[in-house]
Amino acid sequence: MATKMHKTPMLDQLESGPWPSFVTGLKRLATDEGKPYADMMKDLLGQLETSYTTRKGYWKGGTVGVVGYGGGVIPRFTELHDENKKPLFPKAAEFHTLRIMPPAGMHYTTDIMRKFCDVWDKYGSGLIAFHGQSGDIMFQGCTTDNVQPAFDELNEMGFDLGGAGPAVRTGMSCVGAARCEHSCANEQKIHRTLVNRFLDDMHRPALPYKFKFKVSGCPNDCMNSIQRADLATIGTWRDDMKVDQAEVKNFVNAKGRKYVIDNVITRCPTQALSLNDDDTLAVDNKNCVRCMHCINVMTKALSPGDDKGVTLLVGGKRTLKIGDLMGTVVVPFMKLDTDEDYEALEELAGNMIDFFAENALEHERTGEMIERIGLVNFLEGIGLEIDPNMITNPRMNPYVRTDGWDEEAQKWFERKAG
Amino acid sequence: MSAPRMPIESGVPDPFPYMHPTLKKNFGQWKYHDRPRPGVLHHVAKSGEEVWTVRAGTQRQMDTYTIRKLMDIADQFADGYVRFTIRSNIEYMVTDQKKVQPLIDKLQAEGFPVGGTGNSVSMISHTQGWLHCDIPGTDASGAVKALMDELYHEFTHEEMPNRVRMTTSCCQINCGGQGDIAINIQHTKPPKINHDLVANVCERPSVVARCPVAAIRPAMVNGKPSLEVDEKKCICCGACFPPCPPMQINDPEHSKLAIWVGGKNSNARSKPTFHKLVAAGIPNNPPRWPEAAAVVKNILGAYKKDAKDYERMNEWIDRIGWPRFFELTGLPFTKYHIDNWRGGRVNLNASAHIRF
Repeated sequence: MATKMHKTPMLDQLESGPWPSFVTGLKRLATDEGKPYADMMKDLLGQLETSYTTRKGYWKGGTVGVVGYGGGVIPRFTELHDENKKPLFPKAAEFHTLRIMPPAGMHYTTDIMRKFCDVWDKYGSGLIAFHGQSGDIMFQGCTTDNVQPAFDELNEMGFDLGGAGPAVRTGMSCVGAARCEHSCANEQKIHRTLVNRFLDDMHRPALPYKFKFKVSGCPNDCMNSIQRADLATIGTWRDDMKVDQAEVKNFVNAKGRKYVIDNVITRCPTQALSLNDDDTLAVDNKNCVRCMHCINVMTKALSPGDDKGVTLLVGGKRTLKIGDLMGTVVVPFMKLDTDEDYEALEELAGNMIDFFAENALEHERTGEMIERIGLVNFLEGIGLEIDPNMITNPRMNPYVRTDGWDEEAQKWFERKAG
Repeated sequence: MSAPRMPIESGVPDPFPYMHPTLKKNFGQWKYHDRPRPGVLHHVAKSGEEVWTVRAGTQRQMDTYTIRKLMDIADQFADGYVRFTIRSNIEYMVTDQKKVQPLIDKLQAEGFPVGGTGNSVSMISHTQGWLHCDIPGTDASGAVKALMDELYHEFTHEEMPNRVRMTTSCCQINCGGQGDIAINIQHTKPPKINHDLVANVCERPSVVARCPVAAIRPAMVNGKPSLEVDEKKCICCGACFPPCPPMQINDPEHSKLAIWVGGKNSNARSKPTFHKLVAAGIPNNPPRWPEAAAVVKNILGAYKKDAKDYERMNEWIDRIGWPRFFELTGLPFTKYHIDNWRGGRVNLNASAHIRF
């Protein structure tokens, strides 16, 4: 029996208004008679309209994958059945997602995008999300039988499945050096170095829980890495920021002194800026914390310095279970220029993942593990030295045993001397 | 039978074959940028080469017709290359300034709003909701579509004191992430347990371990091994639902929306911050969620009117104080705003700093 268009009075109300409507897109696919996805999308609209009416979700997970991998496909089976346990919307009873990793920085040619469309018209629903919150291309809506051939074609095109479940997850990096003057790092290289080094931990999920890498080229952190990544890599610099005094004068001349004082000078979080009498800028670089504000405002006059590298933070995650956690600085600065530098980063990330695999409880993220065992135990476990850049302030309670004080103080002086 | 095809474990693809030639050529060699108008970034390389980026909003969940239409536009105006932002906006890179306005005209004619740059309200980050998630309390794409219809002007103009980054989440995991304004599901009743299914579906010890407040314990119910919830302790977070679907947390009436403000990911000026609860008990009301939209517009209106240039939502509230925030927005201040979770005392005012 041919599948009919279901009435969707709730969803229809999302077709009006100026913002592009995904409902119009779903209907376009559903009414594309003769195409393999048309009936699936008719029934998908039926199930979604049911959710809008009852305010309940009707998907359950399961086990669907591709040969050779243990993750990367998100299985979805309908929970809407009639009294004989037959699906109410049979053509959309299987509606799995393939998570596919995009090129680092989410660059595409129109050619590859059309090829994605061709594959998904043939095997899937015709619905693709750019992108999921983990940074995957989400090929949404596929029967169990079509998952393997769809993946095979995408894989032959040079694309690989991303992460799902307790695994290294798909990473993200900003546009960075490709189009941003703030870039202090080779974001795409860091992203690919880290994720591609741990593909086994991505494709064969065996960690306590997920582990995410995100890379931002400067402290503006456009990838939200501090709050969303188990290992955040953020570009920065350690020499003086660059000031083009002629452009500073032009900016002051164009915007006025009051504007510059109110919006640049007094907005510096450490009062490291001062406007000179001749409308040039004085910078106290020792007290600049690389927040990026003045550089964001005065893009022509100010820019990061030349001695670039990255800051690493560990342990960011979202709410469940113990509450939102931000990443914590574990490496204030490291250079990333030579092959050896990149190898050191890979090794450090490997130590972190190994320590996480050994020490985290089931379903515990790195940040939660650090909260449970303390940062010092984590640092000792992965072989990193402590640094005062790791703290906002020293402890505020005396509940600590300090009989190793002299030795620890000695270590500090030795490290400083070294 | 032939051996099955094994995957080519190629990982993250090299972006350079997919990158606009001008970006590739000037990789790491950009000098400065400015914003000629909302929705357009103008980058100048040290080589003197220039590129104009035109940013447009999309519905994120796109049918292949929409994608092909966007690609036709890229072929016509942008040398056959595009990229996407973290917030699902599409970007076209143009090296000929004369093509910028025709590209904008074309995108607008095809129904794609040009904006999302600078001090605008950019696209709301969101996940799947009822369309694809197995645990959602609400829809994502629909709520975002309804809200972006309301915020269209703010996407296409740069009239806010600073950028506004919004998020939505369909459960308390908060996949949408931190935002200047976040619209998240907040359950208000403990899970309803189907005791007939728990023993067969759920690994009971790991469900017990998931609970943030240790409110779940193993129990025999009607002669079957199951789980029970201490409803006095339960904080209705829904953490037990994903590992144990018979502990149904979603409720058409009692799963409400809560609105949070002041989350910030950037390090610019102030350190990154988490968002804070300002409103709850908002009905989860598809298809257009008008009650949530009204609260969001109210908060945005107060911020737009009262904040100084470059103050993000959290920085504005830091300056004016929370009493004034509740006064300006007219939102009620309740006992639920006072944090009693672990470490919550740092959120209390331990000073004589009071604004009168």
